[in-house]
Amino acid sequence: MLKLVLDNSLVSRARDAAAKITGDLKWLFESQSSVTIERTVLRLMGIDGATEDGKPLPNVVIDHLQEKSALFSGAAIRIGNAMLKHGLSAQEVAEKVAAGELDLSAVPAAEPQKLYELLGKLSDEMLAHIRSQRENRDSFFEKYGARRQPAIYVIVATGNIYEDATQARAAAYNGADVIAVIRSTAQSLLDYVPYGATTVGFGGTYATQENFRIMRKALDEVSEELGRYISLTNYASGLCMPEIAAMGAIERLDLMLNDAMYGILFRDINPKRTLLDQYFARMINAFAGIEIQTGEDNYLTTSDAVEKAYTVTASQLLNESFALLSGVKLNKMGLGHAYEIDPEMEDSFSYELAHALLTRTLFPDAPVKYMPPTKFASGNIFKTHLMDAMFNFVGQLTNQGVQLLGMMTEAIHTPHLVDRSLAIENAEYIFKAVKNLGDNLELKPDSFVNNRANSVLSEATVFLEKVAKDGMFSAMANGEFADIRRPETGGKGLDGVFQRDENYYNPFMEKMKEELGI
Amino acid sequence: MKNIVKPYGDTLNDGKVQLSFALPTSNDARGKEAARILILSMGFEDAEITCMRDLGEGFTHFIAYGATSASVDLSKIKVKIVETPVMDMTETDRFIEENIGRKLTVVGACIESDAHTVGIDAIMNMKGYSGRFGLERYHQFNAVNMGAQVPSEELLAKARELNADAILVSQVVTQKNIHVQNLTRLIELAEAEGLRDKMLFICGGPRLSHELAIELGYDAGFGTGSYATDVGSYIAITIANKK
Repeated sequence: MLKLVLDNSLVSRARDAAAKITGDLKWLFESQSSVTIERTVLRLMGIDGATEDGKPLPNVVIDHLQEKSALFSGAAIRIGNAMLKHGLSAQEVAEKVAAGELDLSAVPAAEPQKLYELLGKLSDEMLAHIRSQRENRDSFFEKYGARRQPAIYVIVATGNIYEDATQARAAAYNGADVIAVIRSTAQSLLDYVPYGATTVGFGGTYATQENFRIMRKALDEVSEELGRYISLTNYASGLCMPEIAAMGAIERLDLMLNDAMYGILFRDINPKRTLLDQYFARMINAFAGIEIQTGEDNYLTTSDAVEKAYTVTASQLLNESFALLSGVKLNKMGLGHAYEIDPEMEDSFSYELAHALLTRTLFPDAPVKYMPPTKFASGNIFKTHLMDAMFNFVGQLTNQGVQLLGMMTEAIHTPHLVDRSLAIENAEYIFKAVKNLGDNLELKPDSFVNNRANSVLSEATVFLEKVAKDGMFSAMANGEFADIRRPETGGKGLDGVFQRDENYYNPFMEKMKEELGI
Repeated sequence: MKNIVKPYGDTLNDGKVQLSFALPTSNDARGKEAARILILSMGFEDAEITCMRDLGEGFTHFIAYGATSASVDLSKIKVKIVETPVMDMTETDRFIEENIGRKLTVVGACIESDAHTVGIDAIMNMKGYSGRFGLERYHQFNAVNMGAQVPSEELLAKARELNADAILVSQVVTQKNIHVQNLTRLIELAEAEGLRDKMLFICGGPRLSHELAIELGYDAGFGTGSYATDVGSYIAITIANKK
């Protein structure tokens, strides 16, 4: 592969600064919890379903506890007490709360030994299930062979999960390795996860546990037919990050978009809320062996891809550091970047090559996620198809982990069946044509590509050191990231964050931490 | 005078058209004949299927050429387009200074469920798009970009608060005509609140045209290929004319 010569002192300075920034937030992860973290605990205890008017039971129970000021020790203890007192299952407890027949704050505390025994048993059961899903995935890869690199990643976005399943099967047949089911626009701002199979949505359909199950089943079938394991991905982002991570862990999703920085900057979600949620969500992903993916491409679609290239590098280093705090392994970090430079710019390809190589060189073990041209994709589908080919060329030449294929109709509509198939044909042709080309080439030490990569790294280092000095929250409040100001107390979802009391207990977090060695 | 034209392949009036579509048919002679008949029934002559690709799940992709006998009389064409001339940033700034004599306030947003800021950013952000600076860079515009997923109510409240001269709305997601619903909702709210005639209402997006904008009750619409220069000139000239 083409090799960059990076200034190693810059690399370690940048990593140190990132570790300082994320380490300074440990107080948040260790002393606070949120409504979605507690709803995740309920889901992992087996509580599912919704009321007749569509309110999910985990929301019913957490709202009830919040209303009674009875959430400070976490939801697990309250549910456990009620289970022991009334001889009910967790699900039955939730149903009684929904029916207005049970006030959880009025249930007396059970004998601690019995309570912890019960919660221990419940959490062991669910974690055993998640572990078995991880082992299932491993055995599929063993049986059918490892995922190709770059893996071919395409989206389905019909808005109807059944139609999505048909298109996903066709995409797999055409050569896709990873299928992403796009969510309905604005799901990230819902403070609940809809229940059941859905056939509606804009620009996609909802992430629900039933939809995960439907798609996983369709892909397991097609994996068997094709003798290739087809991975499934969705979005554990927005206000329900850890809940969606848990649903994905239960239903064996293989990758999850999971990036708090994205939610803060581009969805105006409160920084404290979503960084806290991400801490637990990433832990679940790590435990389930799910590859996380991050959304650095968005820095480039909203700002200039050359001027702001360093923000991608900085965010990647922060995401790596946050992921390590949650126990995510290096080979499960799908850090993001993108091919978004103005095609009218001279030598745009050399810049793209430098940026792509920088990411691969900084994160050699990571299955980096490389995003296609979108900002300069246009109604000229022929030109866009050509830009996608150049993007695929860089992807193979620099050996990216996951190539998120561009569609020639990117600027027009969600992909048609034909668009997706042509995109896969484009990628497969290029990947094959330049398969081993990189082994024959080397960069001059004083080449433009090598110098450019070092200068981006240097800008990223200076930026991270400044953020480390100011602190993450004040840097965000000052608009240091993507020129967008996000104050610590602004944005959506802060009212869902609370200070834990000294009896707080989350059996899943405890056990996952232990197993992940964090 | 009539001016009749037909599609041009490589000979005047050969009527050649490129087609690409999928059918839920098999990738074989039967599927090919189905595609050919379909093309003929669209009114094309000599349909030629040049490529068939198996898409899986019982679908086939066809690439084809047909010759159409249809034609169009250019002398009868009428379209609604934004007719104000386009000036660059400096010219627009000078025009506002000389003809209006105060800064113009423009409030922009990508409204309702739409989370894609690429359109509004291209027009409003300092940086602009493809070498044309956005309205924030203009001296004579006070440009306020509220970003994505802004409820119509909030956009109108902000426009009222700032006594805006123009509202810019971007809609990128168009699945199931959601953009038409969102744009209609905004204009209805504006009418209900008595704001409609107090400022210019302008919409933009890849699937919007001036014609559609007028139909929805807006003052102007800007589609693909529009830049800050187009929007800025339009606002400046229209407001100057209203004085």
